[in-house]
Amino acid sequence: MSALLEVDGLTVGYGAAPVLHDVSLTVEPGQIVAVLGANGAGKTTLLRALSGLLPPTRGRVVFDGADLRGIRVERMVRHGIAHVPEGRGVVTELTVDENLRLGGLWRKPQPSLAPIYELFPRLAERRGHLGHQLSGGERQMLALGRALAAQPRLLLLDEPSLGLAPRVTAQIMALLRDLRDRTGLAVLLVEQNVRSALSIADQGIVLSLGRIAARDDAAALADDADLRHAYLGF
Amino acid sequence: MDRFLFLTFDGLSRGAVYAAFALALVLIWRATRIVNFAQGAMAVATAYVGYSVADATGSYWLGFAVAVLAGLLLGAGVERVVMRFVDHSSPLNGVVVALGLVLIIQGVLGMIYGNEFRPAEAPFSRDAFNIGGVALLSRYDVFVFAAVGAVVVLLTLLFTRTPTGLRMRAAAFAPDVSRLLGVPVGGMLTLGWALAAAVGSLAGMLVIPTELGLHPTAMDVLFISAFTAAVLGGLDSPIGAVIGGLIVGLVLSYISGYLGATVAPMAVLALLVVVLLGRPDGLFARSKARTA
Repeated sequence: MSALLEVDGLTVGYGAAPVLHDVSLTVEPGQIVAVLGANGAGKTTLLRALSGLLPPTRGRVVFDGADLRGIRVERMVRHGIAHVPEGRGVVTELTVDENLRLGGLWRKPQPSLAPIYELFPRLAERRGHLGHQLSGGERQMLALGRALAAQPRLLLLDEPSLGLAPRVTAQIMALLRDLRDRTGLAVLLVEQNVRSALSIADQGIVLSLGRIAARDDAAALADDADLRHAYLGF
Repeated sequence: MDRFLFLTFDGLSRGAVYAAFALALVLIWRATRIVNFAQGAMAVATAYVGYSVADATGSYWLGFAVAVLAGLLLGAGVERVVMRFVDHSSPLNGVVVALGLVLIIQGVLGMIYGNEFRPAEAPFSRDAFNIGGVALLSRYDVFVFAAVGAVVVLLTLLFTRTPTGLRMRAAAFAPDVSRLLGVPVGGMLTLGWALAAAVGSLAGMLVIPTELGLHPTAMDVLFISAFTAAVLGGLDSPIGAVIGGLIVGLVLSYISGYLGATVAPMAVLALLVVVLLGRPDGLFARSKARTA
């Protein structure tokens, strides 16, 4: 089976100093790949480069056989890539329902939101509430639901557990695993919460100072005590 | 009492025009955080075009339609050609560019049409008809209410009921997130400027026949009133702009009716100062959560 996402020699920087050096990775359909590493390792930069928010200075990104170089951010979702940015990016001035509709707006005809509400019953209860009235967990669910409304094949997920209670984090992780198993959704998951991420991931990649320091099966990474001490801090 | 009623209706009629013009300012402010100081000059330019067409064809309504259409095009053009390239790191940049546009537009209008007032006819009688022995409303006032009411209803429907309206709001509130969701943010900005300028043109066509006529600076005083109305409403709120417009219209009408028309322009400035001192976020701002 050919890879869904193929990244080859990606170098990205803000200004002259590169933040990511020569990063290569692949994501297969239906695979969850966790991107781990300390603050400043380049995890968020990697996602921003993949969704086109930050054009790479070197390297190739191929998604489903198509070279993504020079494709504008607002076209990415049409290729099947949905990016949930760090801090969740819920449009706080819009209602829950409007945020969700926004996710599927590019599709013709527009998809029904019923499956999303089924997935997140809490959002159905708060359908008419404005984004800024939601709790942190509800916002994360909304951001995730909105990304799913676009019916992507690859989800770029930045720190979904940030600021959430462990119980809510566990719910979200379980949901991701369930989605992968049921729909074949591929996920590139950036997480500080290493244990949670590795518990659902198939593969893990450790970034350190903008370079790939290690990559392995998620289970192997979780068991590698030296690596955990060196890069992941537990 | 009759006089009070007359002034009230007159104020509401003027206020409706301020409301439309303030709405145009709010649309652009919400999307770009620029107060479009060129709105008045742009509206005058399209009014000149409209009246030229009306004179040439003999049809006021054709001229009216052309003016609004010219507003759409001019708004889109200003965004595409000028405002898109303004560096938004300082809020002053957009203001300075807008003021520069005012000078250019007024200069060009003066060169083409001359710097004297040209009569601009109203499509309906401006004589008030009697209701129960009191002269309150003219046919033209009714036309103004209907036109502004239609604009408010159409914009409300556009923004709340259509996918394009949802895209425009999202692009204004959260451009980066909107891009990730596939919203063409640049296109939405152009559309926003086009709509705002068209609404401004409509307001210009409504107000110019009630003043001295066409002149490159014909909208300058109205701009100040409408800006005050927009600030009164909080600059961010379309409903606030409409209510603010009606309030400013009423205040000005009472003041020029009871204290004399020469006091009115000063009254606008006084009102603006009072609002900025007392409620800088507008009359309808939600009280902010205390942060300290």
